Amino acid sequence: MDEEYDIIIVGGGPAGTLTAKMCAAKGLKVLVLEKKPEIGAPKRCAEGIGHLDLLRAGYTGKERFIAQTIDGAIVYVPNGAPIELPKQPGGGYILERKVFDKFLAYDAAKAGAKIYTKAEVFDLLWSGGKIAGAKVLYNGEQKDIYSKIIIAADGVESKIPRIAGLPSRNTPRTIESGYQYEMANIDIKDPHKIHTYLGNEIAPRGYIWIFPKGSHIANVGIGINGSDGKTAKYYLDKWISSKPGIKKGSIIEENSGGIPIGGFLESMTTDNFLTIGDAAHQVNPIHGGGLAETSFSAEIAAKVIIDAIKLKDTSNKTLDRYNKLWWEKRGNNLKKTEKILHVLEKVKDSDINLAQSSFHGQDILDLTGGKTHKLIKILINNPKLATLIKYLK
Amino acid sequence: MVLKVDKNKCLSCAGCVSICPNDALTLRNMIIEVDENKCSECAICIHFCPVGALRLTTNL
Repeated sequence: MDEEYDIIIVGGGPAGTLTAKMCAAKGLKVLVLEKKPEIGAPKRCAEGIGHLDLLRAGYTGKERFIAQTIDGAIVYVPNGAPIELPKQPGGGYILERKVFDKFLAYDAAKAGAKIYTKAEVFDLLWSGGKIAGAKVLYNGEQKDIYSKIIIAADGVESKIPRIAGLPSRNTPRTIESGYQYEMANIDIKDPHKIHTYLGNEIAPRGYIWIFPKGSHIANVGIGINGSDGKTAKYYLDKWISSKPGIKKGSIIEENSGGIPIGGFLESMTTDNFLTIGDAAHQVNPIHGGGLAETSFSAEIAAKVIIDAIKLKDTSNKTLDRYNKLWWEKRGNNLKKTEKILHVLEKVKDSDINLAQSSFHGQDILDLTGGKTHKLIKILINNPKLATLIKYLK
Repeated sequence: MVLKVDKNKCLSCAGCVSICPNDALTLRNMIIEVDENKCSECAICIHFCPVGALRLTTNL
């Protein structure tokens, strides 16, 4: 580890390594610090990604981190009725995240970034009232490493943005409690589709998912409101015990973690600092997907950072372009999606069942895409739901 | 009261770290550490933990 870099990236997940790759490829001196002993494991992810999002991250879909190709998605309402979502261009994939994250790290390293594992950034360094580097615990030693820009990409539990002065605090309102098994020898109706199960009874405020990684292998998981009183594990175990085709399977991995569902930051930057990925809450609040968001924001962040280093101006004034571009391209819609979630969580299971027949797959895509006018149309057309319109603020 | 982590249940996912309103928790070397000076015993993490690995107990 040298004493000085252009950029220090805290966290070796996709947000960190993708940004690292793009910056290093333009000749910037980049350091990536991952606190865990292995990049990519343990996963905290259902491992799904769309084809176009994978292309944006620089891959083709032929790499060996692809576990399964996906050609569609089915949403099951509480009474079990399926709603099939329209096919997406190029479909999607279930990844082997452990391998995918390694590929991203290989490519970042190949582009010239330097990566260390078991290197924990526990504080920031300041100089003249401005962020100037990171305090790192590595190999039992404390090191001070300086850089022109620090990027916090260390996930949902990141404290670094708050140390930098940004209001990134989570509340039970802005993150879900997630739990997942990777299971083998289970029955999957259509192993090339993702299956999601809605209902406040089975998953309060969230849903249960089956993301197939093979014909009889899948990530079976749940996200719920973490102030519900019962654990995510309780709800998932209960649901699995009612599904003989899942219950008969074996558990080969257990995962858990917080899933951001809103609380977007108006500003994700300050002088010499920006935050990205789960650390910046860049996740779709309705479906909880973060990889697609990262494929967009890494591109935006890298562009702004490369320019800032070139201009020799890494002040907030320059980095603020990252905020502007991100809000324009992603944030405004995600904020609307968050508002839609706040309405949808009020809908009773029985009312979802009643409304289901008038509900199309495209409607669900539109709601996850932040199309509030579609929500208003649905509410108005269903007398039992019309009063919920008051929650759309 | 002190916050205790049941290591037999904990998956080191840092869900509790992400929800703690006081930044009293840290995942270090794959173990959750509790800063008792910062912990306000609010129990938000106890409810949030996906596997129910946290509890408040008397300091004995």
